[in-house]
Amino acid sequence: MRDVAVVSYAASSVAKETEFNEVEIIVPVIHNAIAESGIPKADIGFVCSGSIDYLFGGPFAFVAGVDAVGAVPPIRESHVEMDAAWALYEAWCYIQTGEIDSALIYGFSKGSIGDPFDLLTMQADPYYTIPLWPSTSDMAALQARAFMERTGRTERDLAEVAARAQRNAVTNPYAVRADANATADAMLATAMVSDPLRESDLYPVSDGAVAVVIAADDVARSVSKRPAWIRGLDHRIEAHSLGVRDISTSVSTSLAARHAGVSGAPVDIAELHAQFSHEELLLAEALGLDSSTTINPSGGPLASNVIMAAGLARIGEIATRITAGAANRGVAHATSGPCLQQNLVCVLEGV
Amino acid sequence: MGANLAAVVGVGQTKHRSSRKDVSMAGLLREAAMEALADAGMTWADIDAVVIGKAPDMFEGVAMPELYLADALGAVGKPMMRVHTAGSVGGSTAIVATKLVTSGIHKRVLTVGFEKQSESNATWGLSVPMPFSAQLAAGAGGYFAPLIRGYIYRSGAPRNTGHVVAVKDRKAALRNPKAHLHIPDISLEMVEASPMLWDPIRYLDTCPSSDGAMALVIGAEDVADASAGPVAWVHGMAMRSEPTMFARRDQVNPLAGRACAKDLYTQAGITNPREDFDCAEVYVPFSWYEPMWLENLGFCPEGDGWKLTQAGATAPDGDIPWNPSGGVLSSNPIGASGMVRFGEAAQQVRERAGDYQVELKTGRTLGHAYGGGSQFFSMWVVANHKPSS
Repeated sequence: MRDVAVVSYAASSVAKETEFNEVEIIVPVIHNAIAESGIPKADIGFVCSGSIDYLFGGPFAFVAGVDAVGAVPPIRESHVEMDAAWALYEAWCYIQTGEIDSALIYGFSKGSIGDPFDLLTMQADPYYTIPLWPSTSDMAALQARAFMERTGRTERDLAEVAARAQRNAVTNPYAVRADANATADAMLATAMVSDPLRESDLYPVSDGAVAVVIAADDVARSVSKRPAWIRGLDHRIEAHSLGVRDISTSVSTSLAARHAGVSGAPVDIAELHAQFSHEELLLAEALGLDSSTTINPSGGPLASNVIMAAGLARIGEIATRITAGAANRGVAHATSGPCLQQNLVCVLEGV
Repeated sequence: MGANLAAVVGVGQTKHRSSRKDVSMAGLLREAAMEALADAGMTWADIDAVVIGKAPDMFEGVAMPELYLADALGAVGKPMMRVHTAGSVGGSTAIVATKLVTSGIHKRVLTVGFEKQSESNATWGLSVPMPFSAQLAAGAGGYFAPLIRGYIYRSGAPRNTGHVVAVKDRKAALRNPKAHLHIPDISLEMVEASPMLWDPIRYLDTCPSSDGAMALVIGAEDVADASAGPVAWVHGMAMRSEPTMFARRDQVNPLAGRACAKDLYTQAGITNPREDFDCAEVYVPFSWYEPMWLENLGFCPEGDGWKLTQAGATAPDGDIPWNPSGGVLSSNPIGASGMVRFGEAAQQVRERAGDYQVELKTGRTLGHAYGGGSQFFSMWVVANHKPSS
C-alpha cells in the first residue's frame, strides 16, 4: 500500500445561505483547500465529490460542482451519491493503483432548502417504509431508545453530549450552533422532537461545503511538514430494514474499525459523524473508544452538519489537529443511511 | 509502481423491457447480479465489495438506493459504494469497481448498473425547474437536437444518416434476445415516417425507456487465471469531465471525449482504432451520435463519420462493427446503459455474444459511455489476452 496523507482541509458552513448558490459556495472552499495544500491545481490528479440530488431539488447536483472546480481543460473526475468521505475512499483507492499521486475531494449541500429530516426519508425502502414516511429523526429516536434500554443511559446522558458539543463548537469557525455556557439542564429544556430526542439532540440544519486534498508519499512530504497519514480506511454496510438488525449498536462500525486497525494504538482524538446525540455514545462504544480519547473536539455534527460533506469534515478536523501537532493519532468516522446503516472509519497518524 | 491486472470474469444482464412489473428494484438488480455470479462460478460469499451505479435518483424516487439494496445484493458486512456521473455512470461504475481490484485492495468485486424507468418519467425527471435558472424542460432529446444540427451543418452529412444508424442498430438487436426493442420489419421508410420529436430526431431515431440492469464481476489476475470460463482483460480505463458550458466549448465534438480517448488509447496501445478494435460498443442514444462519436473517438478524420456509417463500415458485417448488440438505441436502462456497453465489449472478447458475436482478429474491443451535456466520458478497452507489459 502507498502512504497517503491529508494535506489540506477547508470548509464553510452557515445555518442558511441565502445569498450564494451551490457553485458559489463551493468555489472559495475548493480554492482554499488547493491553496493550502501547496500542490498546483494543474498537478492534482483526480477530483471526486459527494452530493445528493434530493436536497438540491433537481437531478445532477454534482454537475454544478464541475463548474466550481474549473475543468478546462478536461479533468479526471468522478462523483458518488454518498457522503464525500466515500469520495475520499474512491480517490484513495485510485492513488493506490499508482496512476495518480494526489486528489481533491469535496462535498456540499444546502440543507436549508427543504426539511432534511423529512427529505432523507426518501433513502428508505420504497415499498415498505417510504409509504409510512417516518422522518429520519423518528428513526433515530427508535435507535436512541434501543440504545438507552440496552445500556441504561438516560436522557441526561444525551443532554451532556449535546451540551459538550455546543461548548466545544465555540472554537470552531464553521459551527452554526455554539454556546460556551451550554449545560445539560438547558438542553433538557429544549423541545421534544421525537421522543427521547430533543431539539438539542438533533443536528442543526447547515449549508456549506467541505474540501480536502490528499497526496501520496513524497508529494505529501514535499508540501507538508507533518502530513496526516491515512493508516487505515475501511467502510461497511449492514442490512437496511430496522427490523432485521440490532439498532442498539453498530456492528458495521465495529467491523470497519477492525479492518482499519483502530485498536492498534491509543486514540488521542476522534471525530464521529454523530448527527444525533445518542449516536456519539453508541459509536464510541462500537469503536472501542474510552475516556482517554477526546471525542468531537470541533463540536461535531451537532455544531455543523453539511449533509454529504459532514463525514469528510470529520476526516479534515482530525487531519488539521494532527498536522498542527495537537494529536498523534486520531479516528474519523462517517455514516450514511437511517440509524447508522453504513459506516466508514479512517485512522490518521502524524508519523 | 504499476497497477495490478484485472479482468471481467462474469457478466449478467436482465431482459430489458419498458416496464418490468414482474420484479421490484431489488429483484431487477438481483436478476443481473445472480447471472453474473453464476457466469463467474461464484456465490455471494465470494464477493469482497459491491459497487452500484445509476442515473439521477429522481428516476425512481429513492434517494441513495444502495442503502435499501444492500441486503438484496449480498453487501451486508461488506464495503458498498454508489457512483453517479450522469449518463456515463454505467461506465464510471465499472471503472470504480475495477480500480478497487487494480489498487490491490480487493480480489472480487461485483458491480451493477440499473435503471427502472417505469417507476417515473425520465424526460421530466431531467427537467425539474430550478429557481433562477433557464427552464429547458427539454429532456435529453431537446438538449441534443441542436448539437446534432450543428454536426449536420459542419459535416454536410446527408439528412438520412441518422436513420441509417437507427435501422442498423434495430436490425442488430434482432439477434440479441435481451434487447428491449425487437422491430423485425424496421426500415428506412419506417424511420422516416415516424413522428418528428426534436428536429432532426424522429421517434425511431431515439432510444427507448427501459427497465434493466447489468452486472459484472471483476476479478484480480489470480482470480481471472483460475477462472473456468473465458475472461476479458482490462487494458485501459479513462474518464474525463468538462463543464456544461464555457466560452468556445465545442459541444458537437467535445474536448473531454477526445482527451478521454487519447488517454485510453495510450494506456492500451491503440494507434488506429478502426483497425485495432474488432468492434465497439458506444453510447449512441440518438442515432446521429454514431457519426459524431466516430469522429470524437478518432475512428476517422473529423467530418468523415457519416461516410463510415453510410458505407456500412459500422454494420455487423462492416470492417468495424459498432453496437452489434443493438446498442442504446435498442435498450436504454439509463444507469445501466454504459455498463451494458462495457459488458457487451467484454462478451465479444470472451466470445460469449451469441448470435451477434463478431469475428475476433485483434481480440480487443472498446466500451464507451457519456453523459450530462456531452461532458462526462468513461471508456475502457478489454481484450482476450493479458496486456503485454
